This record gives sequence, C-alpha cells and structure tokens, in this order.
Amino acid sequence: MALMKVKFDLKKRVKLAQMLWLMYWFSIMAGVLVFSMGLFFKIELRKRSELMDNNESHFVPNILIGVGLLACFLNASGGKICYDSLDSTKFVKWKTVLKPFLICCLFFNFLLIVTAVMCFAMRIPLEFTLAEGLKNGMKYYKDTDTPGRCYMKRTLDLMQMEFRCCGNNNYKDWFEIQWVSNRYLDFSSKEVKDRISSNVDGKYLMDGVPFSCCNPSSPRPCIQQQITNNSAHYSYDHYTEDLNIWKRGCRDALVSYYGGMMNTIGILVLMVTLLQIAVMIGLQYVNTSLSTLVNPEDPESESEGWILEKTVKETFTDIMAKMKAMGKGSQVDEGANEEAVATVS
Amino acid sequence: MVLLKIKFPFQKRVRLAQGLWLLSWVAMFSGAITFAMGVFLKTELHRRSEVMHSMDIHIVPNLLMAVGLASVGINICAGKVCQDSLDPTRFPRWKMFLPPFFCFSVFLTSLLLVAMILSFALQPSLEESLKIGLKNGIRFYKDTDTPGRCFQKETIDRLQIEFQCCGNTNYRDWFEVQWISSRYLDFTSKEVKDRVRSNVDGRYLLDGVPFSCCNPASPRPCIQYSLLDNSAHYNYEYQSEELNLYNRGCRQALVSYYMGLMNTIGPCVLFDFLLQMTILVSLRYLQTAMEGVIGQENVEIETEGYILEKGVKETLLETKEKMKKLLQFARVGDASAVTPDTEPEADKPATA
Repeated sequence: MALMKVKFDLKKRVKLAQMLWLMYWFSIMAGVLVFSMGLFFKIELRKRSELMDNNESHFVPNILIGVGLLACFLNASGGKICYDSLDSTKFVKWKTVLKPFLICCLFFNFLLIVTAVMCFAMRIPLEFTLAEGLKNGMKYYKDTDTPGRCYMKRTLDLMQMEFRCCGNNNYKDWFEIQWVSNRYLDFSSKEVKDRISSNVDGKYLMDGVPFSCCNPSSPRPCIQQQITNNSAHYSYDHYTEDLNIWKRGCRDALVSYYGGMMNTIGILVLMVTLLQIAVMIGLQYVNTSLSTLVNPEDPESESEGWILEKTVKETFTDIMAKMKAMGKGSQVDEGANEEAVATVS
Repeated sequence: MVLLKIKFPFQKRVRLAQGLWLLSWVAMFSGAITFAMGVFLKTELHRRSEVMHSMDIHIVPNLLMAVGLASVGINICAGKVCQDSLDPTRFPRWKMFLPPFFCFSVFLTSLLLVAMILSFALQPSLEESLKIGLKNGIRFYKDTDTPGRCFQKETIDRLQIEFQCCGNTNYRDWFEVQWISSRYLDFTSKEVKDRVRSNVDGRYLLDGVPFSCCNPASPRPCIQYSLLDNSAHYNYEYQSEELNLYNRGCRQALVSYYMGLMNTIGPCVLFDFLLQMTILVSLRYLQTAMEGVIGQENVEIETEGYILEKGVKETLLETKEKMKKLLQFARVGDASAVTPDTEPEADKPATA
C-alpha cells in the first residue's frame, strides 16, 4: 500500500512541475535569507566581542551561513530537475540521480531542524560568556593608557548609553571596582588617602557611577557621585529615586537583545524547513509520477505518484533488512577470506 | 523655421515608441524613488522639529513628494500614449489632450530644479531656525515640571548624545543659562545664595554642563562641573583639554547633517529631472511625427518630427496673441452679460 497515492494525467503533471519550479525559486530566496541572517548575526557578535572577552562561540552563525549556501545549491538543482521534467528526453539524465538527491534533501531537512533548535538553545552559553566579559570589561574601564584595553572605557560607555543599562547586574557593581584611573587621583589629598586605606587591596572605591549610566528622562540633572548619601544632595532619597540612572543591568539588556534576535532567526529557520519539506515531497511526486507511466512511449499517458512505495513501517523494515544484509555480506566475505587464507596456509 | 526638425521613417517611429514606453517605466520608478526620498527627508526634519523655530525648509521635501507623485502619473500617461501611437486609429483621441499635457509636465519637472536650488538657498534660513530653536531648548531645559516644556530636557540630552555636540555654538552656552531647576537647589546654603546674588536676574549660573555633553572617548572620567577652575580637578587644564566634552555646537552638527542628506538626495533628483525631460522631448517628437500620419492611407510613410512648429520667438508671440484673444473674449463676455441687448461687434471699435 503506497503512502498518499495520487493519480496524474499530463496536465496535472505539468501543473505540478510548474508550481514546484516556482516554489524552488522561493526556496532559493529563503536560502539567501538564511545566509544573510547568519552573516548579520556573526557581525553583531563581532561588534561586541570586546564585551564577551573575545571568547564568544561563532558556531551558530557559521552553521547558518553554511546551511544557507547549501540550501541555495540544493534548491537550484531541484529547480533545474523540475524544469527538465517537462521534457522526457532531458529528464532521462536525471533519473539515476534523483533518489540519492531526495535522500540528501531529507538529511538536509534534519540539519535545518537541528540548526533551529540550536538557535533557541544558544541563549544559555551566551549568558555565561556575557557575564564573564562584562565583569572583566568593567575591571579594565580605567585602563585607558594600557595598549589593548584603551578602548574599553569608550566601548562600555557607548554600550551603556545605547542599551540603557548600568553595570553587570545593576549599578552597584560600579561601587566594587576602581573605575577612576590613578593618573587622575591626587594622592596627597586626605579624601583619596582615606578611601584607599579603607579597603584591603588599596583601591579607590566610591559610591559613584560613570556618566553613561545617567538617564536623560530624569527631571533633575544627573546625580552620579555619592549616590547612596542622601544628605549630599538637596531633596534626594536614593531609595525612592528611580529615574536618575538606568536601573537595568547590562547583562540582562544584552541577553534579551541577542535572545530576541536568535528567537526570530530560529522561527525563520523553522519556516524555511517547512518550505523545504514541501518542495521535497513535491519532487518525490514528480519523480514517481514520471517513472510509473502506463505507456512509457506516450508522454500523455496517465501515471501514479506517491510519497513512499510501501507504508512507513514496511519501508523502515526494508531499510533495516538491507542494512543487515550489507552487514552480513561483509561478514561472509571475511569468513570466505579466512577460509581461503586457512586453506592456503 | 521649425525648431530641431528630424525625419522619421516608419521603423524609426516604431522604435521611438517602443524605447519611450520602456523609458517611461524606468521614469515611473525614478519618480517613486523621488517621492520616497521626499518622505524620508520630511520625516527626518519632523523628528527634530522641537529644536527648529520655523518650518520654511519643509518646502523642499514637500516639492519632492508632490513632483514624485505627479511624475508617476505623467509617466503612466506617456506610456499609454506610446502604446496607442503604434495604432493610427487610436492615436487621434490624444490630439486635444497632449499640448496642455506638455505644458503641465514641463512646469512640474522644472519644479525639481527649483527644489534643488531651494535646498541650497534655504540653508541660512535653516541655520537661523535652529539657532532660535536650540536657544529656547537650552533655556527651557530646567522646566521639567512645566506642561508643554517638560520633555525639553530629554530632547536636548538625546540630541547632544546622538549628534555628539554640546550647546548652541559651543559648550559655553550652558554657562549663560540656569539649567538646574530651582526645585533641586538648597536656597539656605551659602554657595547657592552667592551664585544667585552674583547676577542681575537672580539666576543660578555655574561653569558646568549637563552629562549629555560628556565625550565617551575621553581617557578620564567626565568632568562636568567647575570646568573653568583648573585647581578643582587633579591634573586638569581646561585650555588644553580637548576630549572631555564634545567640542562641536549642536547647531553646526544639525546643519551639516541636513546638508549632507540633501547633498546625497541632489544627484538622484537631478537624474530624475534629466530622465523626465528626455521623455517629454521624445514624446513631443513622437506626437508631431504621428500627426503627419493621421488621415493618410499609407501608415508607413516618412514624416517629420519637431519640437516647435515655428521658432521660439514666433511661438511666444503666437501664445501671447492667443492669451490676449482669450482675455478679450472674457472681457467682452462680461460686458455683454451686463448689457445683453448691445452687440459685442459694435462695442469692439469703441473700446479699441
């Protein structure tokens, strides 16, 4: 019992081939879309690689780029096959290639599904990389004279302004590191000496944040220094003040930015997978309908098309039997060789 | 003397019609692109309308949008005329329509040139409008509790951050206004009282700027307050310090941004203008060449095409005469309406 058998006359075959050719063009464009999304994602990761400690994994965008290119190639071949299927002389050369081509398409569709799942799952390692990278970035904020790290201040400032965030988890992260370089500290002043002697490592810690944490929507000019000291500013209570500086942490902001991007890309890859499965089934119908012509000489005769020649279960048992036979065949060969060796020796 | 006469055998006519039909499609897209660029420019101007005092500069995107839309219509008509010109039975119905169509199209297309010229000529007006707008914005920066002005602070802060600029002409503009609201000043403190008393208007002026003037590229944490006091900060000299704040004024930043936009749009508009004029000239040749074919038995004869039947001077004189006649008829029509029994012919020698 064939799976989903359909009768085909010439008109129906021609219509199927034409529709399938059009769908292959859409699939080529979808492949280009996947490729460009992989490229875009790669560029976005590269842009902020300083904040990820140059440690981020480019595995997912690379796979997307590869899959996009492969999709373009497979769909172009499929389109050519469809185009030739309308002419029986041209189609003959494709007949032998078609079955392995369809199996390739099947594996490719599995690869697409795996890619989509990986897009969704990449959020977790990205979160860890970002946490580590941001912590180190903040540590090197003050090192604007150290080669290799001199742009960290600018990168962090621009990132905090663009993503509207402050610090790693929140603004208090800035209180735990020295973000003012020693070059700009007057070590003869009492205040500086007090602060340095107040902690074990001799760091200049203060309850202040850089200007890039300031929120422009605040009704009052930004309070960056002595944030936790209510008496230092007129009419100020840092417990109730929530518009002064950004409340969100940069790790959260970046993870949701990249997470949103990856979710969109994952959904698009799933839709492309559906399109690919549809064209694969269409091609199988074209293949079977052209190989079961009632009268092989007459191109206008009727034929039948199906997805699988037998039912799913039978096809599966067939494949298992074939693989067992192949395995036994090699074993028998080895046994025959051993006997031959034994008899010779 | 006919202006720019060209002989048109049948094949040349057909090829002209076909080429023109194709070109009219290209010009239609070009017109749509001009419209889109007008929309883009208008959106960009509208986004910063809070710091602009007058809307004079909006005439440039308005012209671009109007002409872009009109040229789509003109080119559709031109394409239709081309299609019909290959069929001599269908062409005569365009006879009455084409002369006013040409005048109208030439006028509209010349508006493109006008838009380009205006985009350069209105630059001083734009600069003046920004000067006043920014001055007001900086003055009302502190009024975050006054309805209607409560978003000035956020607008100016975001503008300074995005365009990397500070103040109107430069950062010293902030020293001349009170940009800290009185709500956040402790009037019992000596420092505040001193500052308020130091000037006639009783304003709290200080040599400090808002945080949005800070330059992230500076190697040291931003110095916003006591900018002119070298001793207030360690290892600081305001005369040689360049990277601490943005050096550019916002007026200059915005003017160069908009001029840059219009300089990019300029060549595209010029290309559209040239394309449109080419189409109109070719259509005129096609019309005059086809007019020679109308009424003839053999459609494949050779005809002549020209731009103007007589020379430029003679055509202008003729047009003037036509206008005069029309006006006279209108005047005489009025007179005959007032005195219905008097003959218009008898009136004429009396008025002449």
